[in-house]
Amino acid sequence: MDSCMAGDLLKETFPEAVRDIEEFRRETSITVDAGKIREVMTFLKENEKLCYDLLLDLAGVDFDDRSPRFMIAYLLHSTKFNNKLRIKTTVAEGASLDTVSDIWLAANWMEREVYDLFGIIFNNHPNLTRILLPEDFVGYPLRKDFPVKGADFDQPLQVCLEEER
Amino acid sequence: MAESRYMTINMGPQHPATHGVLRLLLELDGEIIVKAEPHIGYLHRGIEKLSESMTYPQALTLTDRLDYTSALSNNLAYCLAVEKLLDINIPKRAQYLRVLMAELQRIASHLLWVATHALDLGAMTLLFYAFRERETILEILELATGARLTPSFIRIGGLASDIPATFLPRVKAFVEDFPRRVDDYETLLTENIIWKKRTTNIAPMSAEECIRYGVTGPVLRASGVCYDVRKAYPYSSYEDFDFEIPLGSHGDVYDRYLVRLKEMRQSNRIVKQAAEKLPDGPFAAQDAPLVVPPAKEEAGRDIAALIRHFKIMQEGFRPPCGEVYASIESSKGELGFYLISDGTNKPYRMRIRPPSFINLAALPKMIEGQMVADVVAAIGSIDIVLGEIDR
Amino acid sequence: MGVETAAAASLQEVINWARKNSVWPVTFGLACCALEMMVASSSTYDIARFGSEVFRPSPRQADLMIVAGTVTRKMAPMLKRIYEQMPEPKWVIAYGSCACCGGIFQTYNVVQGVDQIIPVDVYVPGCPPRPEGLLKGIITLQEKIAAEPAGQRNLVSLPWGNNG
Repeated sequence: MDSCMAGDLLKETFPEAVRDIEEFRRETSITVDAGKIREVMTFLKENEKLCYDLLLDLAGVDFDDRSPRFMIAYLLHSTKFNNKLRIKTTVAEGASLDTVSDIWLAANWMEREVYDLFGIIFNNHPNLTRILLPEDFVGYPLRKDFPVKGADFDQPLQVCLEEER
Repeated sequence: MAESRYMTINMGPQHPATHGVLRLLLELDGEIIVKAEPHIGYLHRGIEKLSESMTYPQALTLTDRLDYTSALSNNLAYCLAVEKLLDINIPKRAQYLRVLMAELQRIASHLLWVATHALDLGAMTLLFYAFRERETILEILELATGARLTPSFIRIGGLASDIPATFLPRVKAFVEDFPRRVDDYETLLTENIIWKKRTTNIAPMSAEECIRYGVTGPVLRASGVCYDVRKAYPYSSYEDFDFEIPLGSHGDVYDRYLVRLKEMRQSNRIVKQAAEKLPDGPFAAQDAPLVVPPAKEEAGRDIAALIRHFKIMQEGFRPPCGEVYASIESSKGELGFYLISDGTNKPYRMRIRPPSFINLAALPKMIEGQMVADVVAAIGSIDIVLGEIDR
Repeated sequence: MGVETAAAASLQEVINWARKNSVWPVTFGLACCALEMMVASSSTYDIARFGSEVFRPSPRQADLMIVAGTVTRKMAPMLKRIYEQMPEPKWVIAYGSCACCGGIFQTYNVVQGVDQIIPVDVYVPGCPPRPEGLLKGIITLQEKIAAEPAGQRNLVSLPWGNNG
C-alpha cells in the first residue's frame, strides 16, 4: 500500500476529518482536523494495510499571516511497506492539541521541543517542560514575531552563581 | 519533608565521557539506576531560527556545524532537500563524488566514535590509531575542499569545484590500506575478553522498542531491523553501488560496535567503487543558471556572467512555493531536512530531523535497571553529537 | 637594582619557567572546536610536547581552560563555576570564533564571546582553527607567562578567596 492509496483509504475511513490531500515533488501530505488527530494516528499505525510504525519527524511551523496560526507536520514511515506519509494539522494560537506520545514514544521529546520553541500545548503529555532552552527563558523563539537576536542581545551578560549570592 | 531512599547524582555537562555538553541526572538505588533524565540544550545555538534570515546558499554553511564529525553529510542532506524543491538534475560525476565524500565522512565519523568509545572504556591505544586514520581522511578531503572540519563543499546544484588531480590517487591508496587497519582494531577489541565483558548484554534494545522510540541508524540495525535510507530510498546514485547492510541481533553495546566496524568496511567498498567508476562530466548542474554560479574565469570575462554571479551570492534564488523532506543515512541515523518555501529567497522554515536527538530519547530505556558503571558504555554506543541534538 | 630585587626577578623567572612548561588544561570542549582540540592532543600534533601532558577532567587539578566551542546562555553558569573552581594561577584560551566573539551565531541563546563571563588571555580565531593554531595559542600563552612580573600573582591562593 503506497502513500497515495493510504490517502484514499484514510479519506474513506474518516471522511469528515480529512481536509486536504496534496502531492508535491512525489510526496503526499494529508491535512486532518486537529480534534481527530488521535483516531487518525491510531488508525494509520494499527491498520494492517498501512502499518505506519515509525514516526520519523514532528515539526512545528508558524504561519503568522494565517489563521489558525500554527501547523504541526508528522512524518510517518512504514517499515513493512517502505513508504512515507506526511500528516499535517493546524492549531490556533492559545489552543492545544492531543499528544501522540503514547502511540509513538518517539513523539515525547519532539512534542517537548515544539512546546519549547513555539509554545503549543499538548494535552496529556507526560512531561511537557522546556527541553532546549533554559527553564527561565521567556518567549518562544521560533515564532515569527521573536527576533533572532533575542530580547537583550546588546546588554552585557550577567551570570550570577548561587554560591556568590 | 519526605526523604528519598534514592541518591541523585549529576553527570555533566562538563564531563569527559558525555561526548559533549550533555547532563544526566541519575537516581540510584545503590549501584542500580532507577531513573535517568537527560538534560540537553547546552549547545542550542538557534540554527533553525538563524536559517530563516539567511539565503539558501548562506544557510548551507550552518549545516556543517550540526553533526560536526561528518560535516559533508549534512551539506549533502540539505542540498538534496533544496534540489528537490527546485527540481534540478545533478550530473553523474557530481553524484558519484558526493557519494565518495559522504562515505569517507562516514568512515571518519565511525573512527572518531570507536576512538572515543574505546577511550571511555579504558582502551586508550585505539584513540591514537583511529585518529591517525582520521587524519589521513581529513587531509584527503582538505585536498579537494580546502578545510578539514567544516568544508561546505557540497553545494546546491553539485559541488563547489572539481577535484584536483592528486585527489583520486590518494583516495585509492587509502582504500587499499584501510581494511588492514580495521583488522588491527578488531584484533585489539573484538575477541578481547575485557571488552566483551564490558559490552555484551549492556543497554539492550529490542527491535520493537527501537521502532517505538523512532531510533534509526546503527542502533536500530544492531537490533535486527534492516532500515537504511541508502537502500530504502536511494539518493545520489546509491543504487549504482554494491554494498551490504550489516545487522546485529541482540541490540546491545557489543552488537552496535560490530555493526559500525562492518559499516566502515562496507563504506570502504563504496569509496573504492566510486573512485574506480567515476565518470567524466561537469561537477555542477548545467541547466540551472539561476542556482549554480558561473566559473570564476567566465565571470571575469563576461559581464552577464558577473552579474549572475553577483545576484546568486547577494540575493540567492527563489524556489517555488511548497514543502519537501529529503533525508540521508548519516553515520548517526536518518538525517532529514524539512524545508518550507514561500517563494522568497530565504527558507520560511528549515526543520532538521536530528538522528542523535531521537536516539538519545531512548537512553533512559536503555540504562534503567542497569549499573551506574555501564552508563558510559551506553552513551558511547548511541554515538551522539550534541551539535545535532541541540542545533 | 638591589640584590633583593635581582634575586626576586630571577626567582620569578624560574617560577614562570616552571609554570609555562607545565600548563595542564581542563577538558572543556563544547562544540566543533573540541574535535580539533582532541586532534591537537593526539599523535600528529602532540600537545604534550608543550607541557600539556594530560587533560584533567577535574578543574581543581588544572591550570588552563581552553574554551573550545560555542558558549550558550544555558551553559554560561556552568562555565563560570568551573572557572571559579580552578586554583590560581590559571589562564584561559578562547579557541575558535564562537569563544572569541560568538562566531556566526548572533542568536538569542549564544554568549557573544566568552570574555563576557571570564577573563581571557589568548584568543585563537578560526572556524575551526587548525590544530596548529591551538599550538600557536599555547606558545603565545607561554610567552605571556614568561613575561609575567613578580607580584602579579600570589604564590599560594585558594578558590573563591581573595586572589588579588
